[in-house]
Amino acid sequence: MAFYEVPLREKFGADTVTVEEFRGNRRFVVPAEKVFAVLTSFRQQFGFDMLCDLAGIDYLNYPNAKDRYGLVYALTSVRTGERVFVKTYLNDPDPELPSVTGLWDGADWMEREVYDMFGVHFTGHPDLRRILMPEEFTGYPLRKDYPLRGYGERHNFPSLTRSEG
Amino acid sequence: MALNRYMPDYLVTKLDYVANLARKHSLWPMPFATACCGIELMATASSRYDIARFGSEAMRFSPRQCDVMIVAGRVVMKMVPVMQRIWLQMSEPKWCISMGACASSGGVFDTYAVVQGIDRFIPVDVYVPGCPPRPEQLIRAVIDLQEKVQRTGTIDGREFADRTTFEGPAPLARELGAEDLVVAPGDFKTGSRFRHLPMVN
Repeated sequence: MAFYEVPLREKFGADTVTVEEFRGNRRFVVPAEKVFAVLTSFRQQFGFDMLCDLAGIDYLNYPNAKDRYGLVYALTSVRTGERVFVKTYLNDPDPELPSVTGLWDGADWMEREVYDMFGVHFTGHPDLRRILMPEEFTGYPLRKDYPLRGYGERHNFPSLTRSEG
Repeated sequence: MALNRYMPDYLVTKLDYVANLARKHSLWPMPFATACCGIELMATASSRYDIARFGSEAMRFSPRQCDVMIVAGRVVMKMVPVMQRIWLQMSEPKWCISMGACASSGGVFDTYAVVQGIDRFIPVDVYVPGCPPRPEQLIRAVIDLQEKVQRTGTIDGREFADRTTFEGPAPLARELGAEDLVVAPGDFKTGSRFRHLPMVN
C-alpha cells in the first residue's frame, strides 16, 4: 500500500489522499478535483490497465454522511492481479467529474450508466447519453429521492383496443 | 371405401363454426418471452408436455404468421412500444395470453420501470396465474382460448371490430395530478414517442 501512497502524497500533497483498508481492500479517497490526476497516475505510473467498475452511491439520509454522492473506481492491474479502489465524493447541485474515457476505453458505458442512474455529468465524455432508460426519460432513478414507483412514466402509454390493428 | 356408405353426401353447418373449428386447432403462438416464464413456455412446447397435442406447436418468431401472442414475463416500460408494435403487426384474428404474475399484474416488480399488467395497454384474452405457471396451466389456458374461439369467433373477425372501447383496467397514470407533466415514451403512432399527462379516457 505504501508503495502507491508515498508517491501519490509526494505528487498531490499529504492531505489529498486518504488511504483506508478494509479486509484487504485498499481504498484511496481523493477530493473530486484531484481524482482525474490520481487516476492518471494509477493508469500511467502504476500500470493499472483495467477499469473493472465504476459505481455510484447516493448518501442521502445516510447516517453521518457529509457528501451527497460517492463514486468508486475499481482498478485492476492485469499484470499483477492487484486491485485498488479510488473513491471520491460529489455534491449537488451539479455533480460533475472529468471523464476517464481517455485513460480506459471501457469507462465509456460505465460513465453513461452512472450518468443515467445518478445524474453525474462527465465532462469530456464522447457520447454522454442515457444507456438503460429511454432517452426521453426525465429524472435519475437510483437517486434516493426518486420514488420507487416513479412519477407515472411506466403507465404513460396509449391503450390499444380490440378493434385497432 | 366402406366408410362412404355411412357418410352423407353433404353437411349443413354455419360457416363461422367451420372457421372456428379450423382456427382453434391451429393457434400458432407468438412467443413474447421476456423472463423466466419463457422457460416454462419452452417446456410446454417440448415433448414432455407437448403443446402440439392442441395444435399450438408451431411457434413462429414473426408476428405476421401468428394467431396468439403469449406474453411470458415482466414487461418493462422500454418494451411496451415494442410489444404494442408486435401486437399490431399480427394479422387478425388474433388473441393474447398473459402468462404469469408479472405479465398480468407486474408481480413483485412494483418499480418505476416495470409495467403493472400488460392488459393496461393491449387486449388480453386469457390470464395465467403463477410465478412461473406450470406448463399444465399454460395448456389449460390454450384449451380455454380454444373454447373462447369456438364460442365467440366469426369467420370475418367482426367480433373484434365492435370492441372499440378499451376493456382493460384504467391506467394508473390518472392517479397523478393534472398539473404533473410527465414526458415519457409511449406514442409510437406519431413517431415522437412523447405523450403528455393527463391521459384521455
